[in-house]
Amino acid sequence: MSIETQHSGARGDGLTWARTSGLAAVRGLGLALVALPGAILCFVLSLVSIALIPIGVGIVTTPWVLTGVRAFADWRRVVAAEWGEVRIPSAYRPLPANANPWGRTFGMLADPATWRDLRWLPVDMTAGFLTALLPAVLLIYPVEGLALAAGLWRAFPDGYWYAFVPVTGQASAFGAGALGLVFLLLFRLLPAPVLRAHFRLTRALLAPSQGELAERVRVLTETRQDAVDTSAAELRRIERDLHDGAQARLVAMGMDLGTIELLLDKDPQKAKELLAQARKSSVDALAELRDLVRGIHPPVLAERGLGDAVRALALRLPLPAEVTVELPGRADAPVESAAYFAVSEVLTNAVKHADAERLWIDLHHKDGTLRISVTDDGKGGAVIGAGSGLAGVERRLGTFDGVLAVSSPAGGPTMVTMEIPCALS
Amino acid sequence: MRVVLAEDLFLLRDGLVRLLEAHDFEIAAAVESGPELARALAELEPDVAVVDVRLPPTHTDEGLQCALAARRARPGLPVLVLSQHVEQLYARELLADGTGGVGYLLKDRVFDAAQFVDAVHRVAAGGTAMDPQVIQQLLTRRAAADQPLGRLTPRELEVLDLMAQGRSNAAIAGQLVVTERAIAKHTSNIFAKLDLEVSDDDNRRVLAVLAYLDQGR
Repeated sequence: MSIETQHSGARGDGLTWARTSGLAAVRGLGLALVALPGAILCFVLSLVSIALIPIGVGIVTTPWVLTGVRAFADWRRVVAAEWGEVRIPSAYRPLPANANPWGRTFGMLADPATWRDLRWLPVDMTAGFLTALLPAVLLIYPVEGLALAAGLWRAFPDGYWYAFVPVTGQASAFGAGALGLVFLLLFRLLPAPVLRAHFRLTRALLAPSQGELAERVRVLTETRQDAVDTSAAELRRIERDLHDGAQARLVAMGMDLGTIELLLDKDPQKAKELLAQARKSSVDALAELRDLVRGIHPPVLAERGLGDAVRALALRLPLPAEVTVELPGRADAPVESAAYFAVSEVLTNAVKHADAERLWIDLHHKDGTLRISVTDDGKGGAVIGAGSGLAGVERRLGTFDGVLAVSSPAGGPTMVTMEIPCALS
Repeated sequence: MRVVLAEDLFLLRDGLVRLLEAHDFEIAAAVESGPELARALAELEPDVAVVDVRLPPTHTDEGLQCALAARRARPGLPVLVLSQHVEQLYARELLADGTGGVGYLLKDRVFDAAQFVDAVHRVAAGGTAMDPQVIQQLLTRRAAADQPLGRLTPRELEVLDLMAQGRSNAAIAGQLVVTERAIAKHTSNIFAKLDLEVSDDDNRRVLAVLAYLDQGR
């Protein structure tokens, strides 16, 4: 029983290496055959498209081509993760979906990840191609050597070079067969490591560098400081509002109630008047608290989520607004809140400055990104800058790696687009 | 008249129970969560339900959803919804089935016991009780986009406001300290100016006005 187990174990090992090496050879061959034309195509198209930017054509084509390059690189990232367990981080900067071609082109060209992709492509079509192909070669070459030894040499009457062995007769053909067996030994060991080396090579060229990570840290530090400052200012405002508002009114109410207690027997008429005043104080205090709560976390947002909260917001506007919502779930509360207040600020801006007659608000979630656009038919000319609430919106979104884009030609229409990377639950 | 009451905060629930009992309502059940409310509405068949929008266990709009579901199961079931804040969005959902017997008020309105009890009676009788804040929001918005509203006199706007809240001619006359006949005249003027069909039925009249104010967006 135990011997049998050992036997099957040994046979298992034998099958394991054959399967591992065979799989690596097949995968490497497939990868090499797809990657070579893919890399050449991507590289050539990129060069041509970037070269055509000065005459204008490139502005239109470059975003498409570079998006294609990114898709190709992302596919290789997936392959490396699934076949080689090599994880290659992707660090493309997000671009607003509705930016114009000019903005997209230069946004993409300003991204170091784009240039990293372009540096990787020539390496991928040479060293990358060879390392992917090698496992398959190590499988085919021994077969060729053995076939020569078995008589294939007769098909080459003028002699034939097998590696460094000149095959001219049966004797040298046996030599080729022996060499083939050596290659077969290599095939037993090499293919999986070679394919992994291919994936490591891809990672070395495609993964973001230290410098970029340092830049990312700088941006995070900055946006975190903004977030801390903003929330501290918010807390101060809330404290002041409570102190001067609801708290003061409750104190006044308490005093009125004390006086009423005294007057109840002496001057019931006066007591009645004070009661009315105390009731009014309580109504005012509630109204102030309600406004305060709406500014901290709007109740509809808590009760219904972002879609309905924006719908409720639109219903409060003095202009007709069309709201389209396509959100299959809810984002995290902080993201919902940031998005809500960003929309609220943009709407306030539109109502105040745009002279618009109608508004369109669109919310949807696609490819891990929450996209919100607010469009008005007003006079245009909105800019992100000092004093326009839009700079505040940009800061607010920055905390969540969100971006803001404004398209607002003079004469309108204005379209403000916000994107926040997030998952829905 | 039998009432089912749903409110999760003990102090408010207790206060409402005392207030309603003092005005000769019978409290069939006073519950504190959504599932309890759903059960009470299905089993006790109350004459009217007074429901807080936000209830456990989710503390979202559980109360409102329960009320809407109960009204789908039993159309016209009178429901008065209370909340710390009022939203046109919710008002619209409550009014959507067009059958009446709906109220939507800020919790503050409880301070004026007489008016609050009047609102509960009105809803129980199949009428409407909309919070003045909801109506104000509707009027502001409608006025910005709508010519006909601009043709109303300030007095007529005042009457329209009260009418939209669900008050009868007699109640409006009492509040504005004029005769019922004067109010009747105002109402027929309003209906003519807004090009609405005149109806003698108080409830149908309110729903027509609310639908008018809520349209076109």
